[in-house]
Amino acid sequence: MTSIFSTASEMAESLKQKEISSVELVQMHYDRIEKVDSGVHAFLHLDKAGALAKAKIIDDKRAAGEKLSPLAGIPLALKDVLTQKNQPTTCGSKILENWRPPYDSTVVERLNANDVVILGKTNMDEFAMGSSTENSAYGPSRNPWDLTRIPGGSGGGSSASLAAFEAPLAIGTDTGGSIRQPAAVTGTVGVKPTYGTVSRYGLIAFSSSLDQAGPCARTVLDAALLHQVIAGYDEKDSTSINQPIPDVVAAAKKGEVKGIKIGVVKEFQGEGYQKGVLNRFQESLDILVNLGAELVELSCPSFDYALAAYYLIAPSEASSNLARFDAMRYGLRISETAGQSAEEVMRITRGKGFGPEVKRRIMLGTYALSSGYYDAYYGSALKVRTLIKRDFEKAFSQVDVLVSPTAPTTAFKIGEKANDPLAMYLNDICTIPTNLAGIGGMSLPAGLAEEDNLPVGFQIMAPVMQDDRLYNVGAALERALHEKWGGNILKQIPDLNNLVGIFAGKGSN
Amino acid sequence: MALSFDQVIEKYEPTLGLEVHVELNTKSKMFCGCATTFGAEPNTQVCPVCLGLPGALPAVNAKAIESSIKIGLALNCKISPFNRFARKNYFYPDMPKNFQTSQYDEPICYDGYLDVEIDTDEGKKTFRVEIERVHMEEDTGKSLHVGGATGRIHGADYSLLDYNRAGIPLVEIVTKMVKGTGKYAPEVAKAYVTALRDILRSLEVSDVKMEQGSLRCDANLSLAPINSNTLGTRSETKNVNSLRSVERAVRGEMIRQGNLLESGGKVIQETRHFLEESGETRPGRSKEQAEDYRYFQEPDLLPVAPESKWVEEIRNSLPEKPAVRRKRLQAEWQVPDKEFDAMLNADLLEEVVQTVAAGADPTRARSWWLGEISRLANEAGKSPAELISTVDVATVIKLIEQGELTDKLARQVVEGVINKEGTPQEVIVKRNLKVVSDDSALMKAIEEAIAAQPDTAQRVRDGNIPAAGALIGAVMKSTGGQADAAKVRQLLLKHLGQG
Amino acid sequence: MELKEVKHLANLARIEMSDEELIKIQKELDLILNSVARVQEVAKDDIPATSHAIEMVNVFRKDEVKSSLSNQEALSGAPAQEEARFKVPQILGEE
Ligand SMILES: [Mg+2]
Ligand SMILES: [Zn+2]
Repeated sequence: MTSIFSTASEMAESLKQKEISSVELVQMHYDRIEKVDSGVHAFLHLDKAGALAKAKIIDDKRAAGEKLSPLAGIPLALKDVLTQKNQPTTCGSKILENWRPPYDSTVVERLNANDVVILGKTNMDEFAMGSSTENSAYGPSRNPWDLTRIPGGSGGGSSASLAAFEAPLAIGTDTGGSIRQPAAVTGTVGVKPTYGTVSRYGLIAFSSSLDQAGPCARTVLDAALLHQVIAGYDEKDSTSINQPIPDVVAAAKKGEVKGIKIGVVKEFQGEGYQKGVLNRFQESLDILVNLGAELVELSCPSFDYALAAYYLIAPSEASSNLARFDAMRYGLRISETAGQSAEEVMRITRGKGFGPEVKRRIMLGTYALSSGYYDAYYGSALKVRTLIKRDFEKAFSQVDVLVSPTAPTTAFKIGEKANDPLAMYLNDICTIPTNLAGIGGMSLPAGLAEEDNLPVGFQIMAPVMQDDRLYNVGAALERALHEKWGGNILKQIPDLNNLVGIFAGKGSN
Repeated sequence: MALSFDQVIEKYEPTLGLEVHVELNTKSKMFCGCATTFGAEPNTQVCPVCLGLPGALPAVNAKAIESSIKIGLALNCKISPFNRFARKNYFYPDMPKNFQTSQYDEPICYDGYLDVEIDTDEGKKTFRVEIERVHMEEDTGKSLHVGGATGRIHGADYSLLDYNRAGIPLVEIVTKMVKGTGKYAPEVAKAYVTALRDILRSLEVSDVKMEQGSLRCDANLSLAPINSNTLGTRSETKNVNSLRSVERAVRGEMIRQGNLLESGGKVIQETRHFLEESGETRPGRSKEQAEDYRYFQEPDLLPVAPESKWVEEIRNSLPEKPAVRRKRLQAEWQVPDKEFDAMLNADLLEEVVQTVAAGADPTRARSWWLGEISRLANEAGKSPAELISTVDVATVIKLIEQGELTDKLARQVVEGVINKEGTPQEVIVKRNLKVVSDDSALMKAIEEAIAAQPDTAQRVRDGNIPAAGALIGAVMKSTGGQADAAKVRQLLLKHLGQG
Repeated sequence: MELKEVKHLANLARIEMSDEELIKIQKELDLILNSVARVQEVAKDDIPATSHAIEMVNVFRKDEVKSSLSNQEALSGAPAQEEARFKVPQILGEE
């Protein structure tokens, strides 16, 4: 029986068998959202009328016997960083409050072309800057495993919507881990594809050379189905790779690791890692060995510098990317007195329209690029990027994939790290190197940490354009873990219906 | 006592630097598919990319790359085998992204030169202007300042922005420091921009219309005491919108700086604006702090690495250089130096070339453009090319050659075309200007003339041929000059038994 | 970093900040910069810079006109408009 607890592929099969209509499926999810989102606060905006109308059209097409895409009629939650024509697109920022873009991002075009039904836009750290979704101008999202905790970030709305069964699929974007870390802390699956395989056109840029949109789901196969829909060459994105995408769906169905060499990154263990995280990671490694994989311990010494390089490169690019939010052509405009000049209005609007983390990073990036400091900061960071690429190349000459915990800890409490930017930045320590090298990475659930019963993420990394390896290894591990747990990890999530009341309305400030 | 130009150059040596921005004539913009048509309704040639909407990404126009390489090759530059786009970060409302996508330390072309010839006291002399770089970038939008007294930026109440021009491909051509021009600096500056414009036109990469802003020049100038081997502080003069202004701006700035230095003042490095009316410059708004553009490589675009094979193909396809072409045309048309120079100085070579290409005789074409049309343009305060098309001029000339128009009638036709009465043919019909070549109409006029002067007619009959002049004159008069005199003569003599 | 420098950065970035905010961000930037400065330890002269993770060159589009936005769409997000143009406060600067 299809329910909100089904996987996207199960839902797709039910739609195909006409056991359920897309309208029913979409309505079912809006009912769930109605019930729980006051507590979870995954969504910033819902397009109920649009989604139901779309679902109706798809049902009609199906009734007429049209050949439909595999995900036709399936609902999806879209991170609010991607433009959707005439729908609010805020990036979690006040500066874009009420902005409705006159164009669709390529990801949205592809979702529409494949008849995926977009339920609404999900919450995020402002301009994707953060690891907790606490930096949203519209209030934090909450982790469905424990509503006092963060759902990860920046794509906390997307991950929370999946764990709360508000949507079976979601889109995230990953600049330094914003798909994978939220997946890790919510017990869901998230994939950052190889840079250049999912078009960035319409993805509101945080750091252009690092940003990549990707699939978020509750299973590896669901992620693969969505990956296949959104990935592919796009001439509107000059950094788009004009090559066929590997067959990730076939890989997700295969899940065979016999003879595969798996590299364990030495640098991603030890101090600063929660015990339960390391235990679950080790357990997963043991499972993979049992399944016939060969483990190789590897050192990638320059990874120690990845975080520092990232916090120079990303803010530098961001300082330039976010310059366009200037109150002239769209978005917020604040002027305090009549007769203020354009320049004053820009300053005031940007001062009031951006939150503290965004301002911090713009200032940091402005500094790193400014004359006299460029070589020491931004320039040096680009060199570290070269070293990290080389470390990956060397590692991948020895192994097929690399693995690590996705994040050093499980979900922390909302507010816990809000005043300590450096502590917050450490969350992305394991995910950042992949972004700097442009390679693909996946996070999938590895179980619950014994000390807090919260989900732990297992990260897989593969060479450029070999994203199918992520799905193959991920599927093998997932199958074994599901057997062990008696199903999806999310079966163990507390019943939200009992909890939501306490937090209702606390989502937005 | 203020120094004159002549006094300034007795004491000071100028150093010139010229930055020319050229709008390429591609169909679409530099980084998006919007059209580049001049004069379209505001904000109708804009899209997410050139409006800098969140999420939009640039994609490089291949034609712009090719045009840039053409320009570089024509200016004897090296073509960089690996060059990149960079972001130049600064805030300004006419720039949608608040950064300009440009090239910084890796321009597509570099190290070239352009030789220009000017008249000096010792006759023609060639100066070599070295080119530092040719790089690609994008144009900004246009602002309209509303309210206030002047309609200018200062004192305006608010501004209105049109981004149709934003993102149009620009090529910036920067010279190295031009030294040793002495008193000829203004002429060299003008000759350089003129020669550059001619090359760009011959390459067909730009409309090169200074009055429409598709070719814009900034002139840098500094003075140093003669033989001091030092370099003075330079000013950068913008808003120089015609070839003549280039010369005037440099001259004006030399006089200003010379007088400033002479009175013990200091030249400050600043941007100045050329004032068309007075030929002087005035300072722009001084910035509180020097800009820090925070250039870095444009992460949304990839490096440009022109293959040498492609570059050679482009090199082989380049048109004849304007200087070479001029020599060739002069020989083909057999025009004396002085007259050819007159045509060049009047900036009418292209008009004559096009008129000849449309089928007219070169000598007549030259004489019409430099004569009657220039005279009318002068009266109207416009340039000859603005008045009438080369095709229309060619049509008129051909009609003269075919005997359909006399010179006198042709002048009326040209006047009619300029008055927007229609094409030459339409003007001929409307004004009834056709040469009367209809035999019966002419015969009627001839018979009338004979009837009026029977004695004269008799003298002709008797063999006094020169006497026919009076009769021919009468016929010409009665036909309002629209008759072909030779034809009248032929018919008259035949009629009087002398044909 | 001196407060003067923080102010200069805020000016370059066109962000209005109160003195309080400037002092707070001054401390944070110091802390972060101290921590990220370690990139210099390994950024040796002979190491090339990587600005794009995936190396490609010569990605061009054909010079073809594609449809633009309508004037109405273009101005749809404008805080103010007049005569089909974006209306902005007076611009102080160069002509
Ligand atoms: Mg420039
Ligand atoms: Zn455009």
